[in-house]
Amino acid sequence: MDKNISFTLKVWRQRGPKEKGHFDSFQMKDIPGDTSFLEMMDILNEQLVEEGKEPIVFDHDCREGICGMCSMYINGHPHGPATAVTTCQIYMRRFNDGDTITVEPWRSAGFPVIRDLMVDRGAYDKIMQAGGYVSINTGGIPDANAIPIAKKDADEAMDAAACIGCGACVAACKNGSAMLFVSAKVSQLAILPQGKVEAARRAKAMLSKMDELGFGNCTNTRACEAECPKCVSISNIARLNREFISAKLKD
Amino acid sequence: MWLCNSSIGRKVVMSVTGVALILFLTFHMAMNLVAIFSGEAYNMICEFLGANWYALVATVGLGALVVIHIVYAFWLTMQNRAARGTERYAVNEKPKNVEWASQNMLALGIVILLGLGLHLFNFWAKMQLPEVLHMLGINVDTTYVADGVYHIQNTFGCPVYSVLYIVWLAALWFHLTHGFWSALQTLGWNNKIWFERWKMIGNIYSTLVVLGFVAVVVYYALCGSYC
Repeated sequence: MDKNISFTLKVWRQRGPKEKGHFDSFQMKDIPGDTSFLEMMDILNEQLVEEGKEPIVFDHDCREGICGMCSMYINGHPHGPATAVTTCQIYMRRFNDGDTITVEPWRSAGFPVIRDLMVDRGAYDKIMQAGGYVSINTGGIPDANAIPIAKKDADEAMDAAACIGCGACVAACKNGSAMLFVSAKVSQLAILPQGKVEAARRAKAMLSKMDELGFGNCTNTRACEAECPKCVSISNIARLNREFISAKLKD
Repeated sequence: MWLCNSSIGRKVVMSVTGVALILFLTFHMAMNLVAIFSGEAYNMICEFLGANWYALVATVGLGALVVIHIVYAFWLTMQNRAARGTERYAVNEKPKNVEWASQNMLALGIVILLGLGLHLFNFWAKMQLPEVLHMLGINVDTTYVADGVYHIQNTFGCPVYSVLYIVWLAALWFHLTHGFWSALQTLGWNNKIWFERWKMIGNIYSTLVVLGFVAVVVYYALCGSYC
């Protein structure tokens, strides 16, 4: 059994996209170590509701690290201090008694705050709509080995496809660039025969949508890769660059 | 034009100009090393790269590369700051694998630019510039325009200049260690295996280039006119 901890929670509160935000502090008492971060937020919200105050708004859904909804910037890291997990999989045992824990929303021009810790990540959907798909019906699951795909390619495509579109890459990037996300979505299709056909068009369309929506220019700091809950590699960014440059040279 | 209106295009311009400047630094460093072995040979190089038409064309080309690299750097930084939004994080922690240089390329670049100003003042303004002015018919003293060793001794005989040059070269080293692999990444010549290789090659290459420059400064600062 983990021991209980007490700590100060500093949470960003903002009533609307245009309103000015501020931090509110809360004293959390005797929180068991095996409480997940989101469960801890639930405990706080229940207290707030009981006191007749406004609960803190935050995004969450599956709470098992695969949906990409939770999005808290905890103590200077997207999804908190652990590597390769989302906010919902952070447990309070990671923190110490007497800590001050600061929770902020993703901060980026591409992701405006809707309220408190919830941001509008619709920009990612728009990038996907610009070309993150295969335009013809490729049928059901093909028979094994009907289309031979090298193990290396299958692995790379699967690793890119692990991206859950949570936006941690943009949140971590000092340039507010969405390159890791776009490159993962381009790569997961470009490596496979079904997606290769449209690879050049896809790279151009998704990148120009990313630029149009006001995301920044990648300067290869690798902060995205370090904070990605799915460990998506920046080798995908190199692939996107390659696809894009060769498409432009051909034009 | 995709080199202006797409994020990857703008980065390609930074990469290509950056790689070209790394090549220039390599040649420059190689020529400097000559000054350690033979002052006479070094002065021959200075004469060869004086105000001849090919040296002037190369100087203009080099100037253009520098200007493009700097203009794009400021342009990209302005866009990136805008993309970051108006609010900044209250708590910000750098992940372990993020190099300090990668997040401070503009600051390092500004230090390098200031050093470049000093360097042009110490050498170019006393060598190629008077020669060009002389060709244009303006009356200037051209006694020492091809005497590179004389200017090296003059500059590094002063410890303040030597220290400033070392600081400048240190900033250059940080800038290059990130710039080298970053340029290749932007051009798409990278993957999981080559990432580590490029990084290692870049670190060794930048260290050799910078050490070559430092060697001349140290050599002339310590034994200057006596050797």
